[in-house]
Amino acid sequence: MGNIFFLILRRMRAPLILLILIYAIAILGLTLIPGVDAEGRPAPPLSIFHAFYFISYTATTIGFGEIPQAFSNGQRLWVIVCIYMSVVGWSYSILTLLALVQDSGFQQALSTARFIWRVRRMGESFLLICGCGETGSTVIRALDRQGRRFVVLESSRQRVEELDLEDFKTDTPALHADARLPENLLLAGLRHPRCQGVLALTNSDEANLAIAIAVRLLNPSIPVLARAEQQVTVDNLASFGTNHIINPFERFADYLALAVHAPACYQLVERLTGTPGQRLPSPLPIPPRGRWIICGYGRFGRAVAQRFAAEGLDYSIIDPKDIGEPGHLQIIGTGTEAAPLKAAGLEQAAGIVVGTENDVNNLSIAMTAKAIHPELFVVMRQNQIANSVLFEAFKAQINMVPSRIVAMECLALLNTPLLDDFLRAARQAGEVWAQALNQRLAQRFADRIPETWNVRINAQEARAVYLELMHGGRIVLADLSRRPDQREAEAQLLPLLLRRQETLMLLPEPDTPIEPGDWLLFAGSSEARRDLRLALFSEKVLRYLCTGKTHTGGWLWRRLTEPETSQT
Amino acid sequence: MNLEKVIFGFFIVLAATLNFGFFVGDIDNPEHHHVFELFAAIVVNLIATVLKFGDRTQIGAIHLATSLVADLQLLAAGVTWAVAVHVTGEGLTPIVTSSVVSLAGGALLANLVSVTLLVVETALMRR
Repeated sequence: MGNIFFLILRRMRAPLILLILIYAIAILGLTLIPGVDAEGRPAPPLSIFHAFYFISYTATTIGFGEIPQAFSNGQRLWVIVCIYMSVVGWSYSILTLLALVQDSGFQQALSTARFIWRVRRMGESFLLICGCGETGSTVIRALDRQGRRFVVLESSRQRVEELDLEDFKTDTPALHADARLPENLLLAGLRHPRCQGVLALTNSDEANLAIAIAVRLLNPSIPVLARAEQQVTVDNLASFGTNHIINPFERFADYLALAVHAPACYQLVERLTGTPGQRLPSPLPIPPRGRWIICGYGRFGRAVAQRFAAEGLDYSIIDPKDIGEPGHLQIIGTGTEAAPLKAAGLEQAAGIVVGTENDVNNLSIAMTAKAIHPELFVVMRQNQIANSVLFEAFKAQINMVPSRIVAMECLALLNTPLLDDFLRAARQAGEVWAQALNQRLAQRFADRIPETWNVRINAQEARAVYLELMHGGRIVLADLSRRPDQREAEAQLLPLLLRRQETLMLLPEPDTPIEPGDWLLFAGSSEARRDLRLALFSEKVLRYLCTGKTHTGGWLWRRLTEPETSQT
Repeated sequence: MNLEKVIFGFFIVLAATLNFGFFVGDIDNPEHHHVFELFAAIVVNLIATVLKFGDRTQIGAIHLATSLVADLQLLAAGVTWAVAVHVTGEGLTPIVTSSVVSLAGGALLANLVSVTLLVVETALMRR
């Protein structure tokens, strides 16, 4: 705030000096010109005090009718001069002040000062989000729904203004600033004790790299999530220990390869990472084995081609540039016309991956291909979220939106870090295991996608359970899987993973005893999640779940009815 | 030569000299202390203060602080004079005069610090 005060003072120097001079001259004049008394005889001039009083109400155009006594003509002449002088002086001052307020530099200084003040006063833990384009917005909205706090740095003024108008539950400081500059990161609270992590989600790899380096150097204790689309950037980020690097193309290519290679695992991943509450498409589109066409051999096409080659799938490539990859048919062209598609062997192909950087071209290619070969399996890349309506109308079997993939990945890492461990372990456990789990999940949740969440058995996240364990109680996992209104019924949830120090227990058995410090991953309905929360925090509910006994009343009643427990 | 520097120095020194002019003389004798001199001292001090606005260096901050002290003291002297002459009507008795003059004396001290700072600043400049 000090900055702005000095800025105003500096700019107001000239008008203030002018005002002081005008007042001084006016007062001086009035104290020199002789007056006149009631009988018309000459009287001494006004004293400095009276002159100051008179000029004060005249100059500000308040025009108080009170004059100490009627003026002589000489005084009146001077007062005319005073009035015009002071009006000019005040107008000049006010215009200068107004111009200053409208000045864009001043506005920026003002909003920066407010931003700094709001960040400094952050009383809850928050995340620093750099870049608020399509990806950033998706992440922000989801975080806001969960009631988490965040600070936004965005390089486009228009986006920041849109953010101000958006209806957030929490107070969101957003600044129009270049996140590549470390000082802006510091302004946004990089070293704030409550800053929990940094999300580098700008659409420039170079900027994300700069942010990640700055965070590593300036506050190494907090995690960084960075989005990277080039392999060079990924390697670079990994070289200095960025905690999570999200490359949407590689990530998607991995999913696609998984779908081809291990359909049951893929189904499991889809079931656990989708948007909770939505229906899983049935049957889930599984890319067929056979001959594929890859249209557009950029970052995306290359990532997919690599996985296909590893999987032993045959594919041909359509790209305007000659890439000269031996062993695969390459057609030079865009694929928007029928000829290159047919030349690439569309009639015999099982599927097509349409992955150019242009949404209109992608749609055109996919529609042409579908017209020639209606049973084709289509995997499409959608670059802009704004085109969603078109892509939904086309109904490709798999639609890949890079910004959505990054956003989902970020949210999964922030909310359920255990899920990543679980899915990795599940892939290793194999198809048969995954198929069995799929059936269990389908029995319990039908085709709805369940919520997944982490629970840590400690004093903050599971107070009642923690206290009970600390007092020597024994709680098994099955106790937590019961319904708090009816103990005999099973709740709509399934414990997926238990992490005890470094050991992972996949699908822990119901009679597994819980220990303090355990991490648990659950999948379940939102009601089950609420019920579980109740059990984790309320001693009474927990006691009922474990023993079937209900307690009414408080401490005194308990002492009277259960003397044996009060003695221990 | 820089006109801005000339004006800056001029007003600071003038503020001190006018203040001194009002201050010299017997402390309780109103004949020695004309109110116009006090008026001029107040006006020039205010201008000197505004000239010091917006300099964010350490020495600039001290400059502004001394000026603000001088303003405060001189305005207090002015108010004391106005109250004695116009509000209570007791006029410039030796008691009133000495309190007005001693307030102005305090302002003079602040102005002297200001002038000293100006001289030191100039002496430190190696050009």
